Amino acid sequence: MSISKKGLLAGVATATVALVATFVAPAAYAGTSSAACANVGSGYAVQKGKTVEVFTSVVGDELTRYAAASADFTACTGIKINWNGSDQFEAQLPVRVAGGTAPDLALVPQPGLIAQMVATGKAVPAPNAVKNNINRYWSKSWRGLGSVNGTFYAAPNSANLKSLVWYSPKQFAKYGYTVPTTWTAMMAQSDKMAAAGQTAWCGGIGSGGATGWPATDWLEEVVVREAGATVYNNWINHTVKFSDAPIIHAMNTVWNWMGNSKYVGKVSTIATTSFQDAVTGIPSGKCMQLQQASFIAASLPAGSVVSPTGDAWVYYLPGINPAVTTPVEGGGEFYLAFNSNKATVEVQTYLSTPQWAVSRIKAAGSNGGWLSANSGVPSSTYSNPLDALSAKYLSDPSSTFVFDASDAMPAAIGNGAEWTGFTDWFANGTPVKTVAAKIDAAWPSASN
Amino acid sequence: MSNFWSDNLPKLGQMVAAIAIFLAVLAVIFFIAGKANGKKQRPIAILVFLGPALLLVVIGLLGPAIRTLILSFKGSASHHWVGFSNYHWLFTDPSERIVLRNTVFWILFTPIITTGLGLLLAVLLDRMRRESVAKSLIFMPMAISFVGASIVWEFVYKYANTNQPQVGLMSSIAKHLGFEPPNWLLTQPLNTFLLMVVFVWSQTGFAMVILSAAIKAVPADVMEASALDGAHGWKLFRGVTFPMVRSTFIVVLATMVVSTLKLFDIVRASTGGNFGTSVLANEMYSETFIRYDAGRGAAMAIVLFLLVIPVLVYNITNLRRERAIS
Repeated sequence: MSISKKGLLAGVATATVALVATFVAPAAYAGTSSAACANVGSGYAVQKGKTVEVFTSVVGDELTRYAAASADFTACTGIKINWNGSDQFEAQLPVRVAGGTAPDLALVPQPGLIAQMVATGKAVPAPNAVKNNINRYWSKSWRGLGSVNGTFYAAPNSANLKSLVWYSPKQFAKYGYTVPTTWTAMMAQSDKMAAAGQTAWCGGIGSGGATGWPATDWLEEVVVREAGATVYNNWINHTVKFSDAPIIHAMNTVWNWMGNSKYVGKVSTIATTSFQDAVTGIPSGKCMQLQQASFIAASLPAGSVVSPTGDAWVYYLPGINPAVTTPVEGGGEFYLAFNSNKATVEVQTYLSTPQWAVSRIKAAGSNGGWLSANSGVPSSTYSNPLDALSAKYLSDPSSTFVFDASDAMPAAIGNGAEWTGFTDWFANGTPVKTVAAKIDAAWPSASN
Repeated sequence: MSNFWSDNLPKLGQMVAAIAIFLAVLAVIFFIAGKANGKKQRPIAILVFLGPALLLVVIGLLGPAIRTLILSFKGSASHHWVGFSNYHWLFTDPSERIVLRNTVFWILFTPIITTGLGLLLAVLLDRMRRESVAKSLIFMPMAISFVGASIVWEFVYKYANTNQPQVGLMSSIAKHLGFEPPNWLLTQPLNTFLLMVVFVWSQTGFAMVILSAAIKAVPADVMEASALDGAHGWKLFRGVTFPMVRSTFIVVLATMVVSTLKLFDIVRASTGGNFGTSVLANEMYSETFIRYDAGRGAAMAIVLFLLVIPVLVYNITNLRRERAIS
């Protein structure tokens, strides 16, 4: 759109706002008395006519929901939020920042990009109000993910959870099984299933050219559960190698679990079964449990009831090491600011509040799909029960949250050697040390 | 809706303007070319007619080829020169050697089986009753893409865990015959040959149709004359029919060799290149676009290119020789 057009539109918008303000909104700007301001919270100064751009990779209907969720904030403070979505976000953001046209705020989907942007010197640390919110509402690990070299920059937006186990409540009830809350109990119950002639675990890592990725998740879940977030994050940057003791130990744990023929039948079939097919045996009890994120619900057989008493439901994959509290693996995005204008700071602050999260969850409607790790969000806000269950663990103040490691590792490993290595591991039962050594050898050198 | 128009109207305008400019440039060139006469006429005509094609070949073929060659001597992010190390890796790394071995298997077996089977069918079906029905049925798989064919064959090769019923066709047949089926796609090197079956199934119809057309083009009097001389069956085929369709056979064979070298879809859709089934083209894609190692991907592209050249050269010399004879 041309500049003059933008100016014209802004003019029209201002005029409209002014008109509306004249007739309807004196109360809206008067302060906390209006309905909009009640939803937004207190402490915001009214700044009419200001626009704050949030640059994001979110596009389409999802972006419309962001705009809808922030309508109350605009009505209350007069600050318009321009949700600018681009499917080229990750390529465009560095270009815009380098070219001096950085957005006010960017919704960054991974910690690596936050560090990269901070290194340019153009990003600004989070204001005090945001700092207070992160200390009050998020677990420590989230604060760490939004920080670079000890300085806190970016508060999280939404979050998603991978640490789930699918099972069938009907089948569990039929055989008298219960949802385990410790790793030991989970394994003991798996032994019981095996003794009863059942297949305790479903598994499938087939995914065409991406075959192997579900197995990388299994290892990541175990690494964070056994060794904690520090070792986990050092593993991502290869200061902890695959051949080092903690990772080898975790690989052995995975092998005693998903590579155990007692639980899964013929282990090699896991390599040739697609990850979508793996979940199809859950409702009928062909296999009893499957570790997989919530999206796999779409691959359940038609007519399956997903509910705590239905054909399929999830439980939280329990922890192993008591020193690692509520280990959670997943993903999320962060709001990074590129200036400290008053309007930007206000928007940034609002986006770190429970009020914003509640508004955004409501905008998602009954299908859900938007979760916050903000502990200030009451779980009754979620209309989708699966979301409510996931949010409970994400927003647990003691949770140890880590990002998907294979996504954060260099592509040669995370999309390459780890996939092929793990596929080989499950297909041929290759010794753990050989698999680890092969992946380490493929780690790309720093300069290339 | 108003957003749609305000967003897209300028783009539409730009498109129309671009086309108008293109046509104007063409008009000017043709006008100048038309004005030229005498000595300049021929070189200008050559330039006008050959120039655009040459330009496109340089931009679309020669440029990328040279760039690929350069990239193959650089590292994964193309920042530093690495000499022949990408090639060294390709020919010494144990898993890459399996890839090269598979590629050789594919070239040795697939084209000859596909073309041979196509020829056999063409001869057997020739002048048979309801020839066209049989030929259409055999030709049909050709209409399915390789990815589609791979998914169809996945149901044939499917292997279920031991405690579950075998729903895959081959596994089920094996079970009924009384032996425990192997996990077909995991069994090396059988799995590579199982993937070749998909290619042969899909491409035999094509070879058959082309060769059948060539057989039909053999003049009837030649056939009758040889029959009068006592040539029948195998003798007729070896002495008369095959020599007459030999050049078509070679063209089909060469086409099959080239498409075998390019083969990527079947491997990617069936096994993703795992379990020792990968071929060069599949690895080239994975290295370049999944593991972001442009150097290794480029080196593979160059090797593929070198492998195609002899086929092309043979094809072209063969065509030239025939032109010289006729």
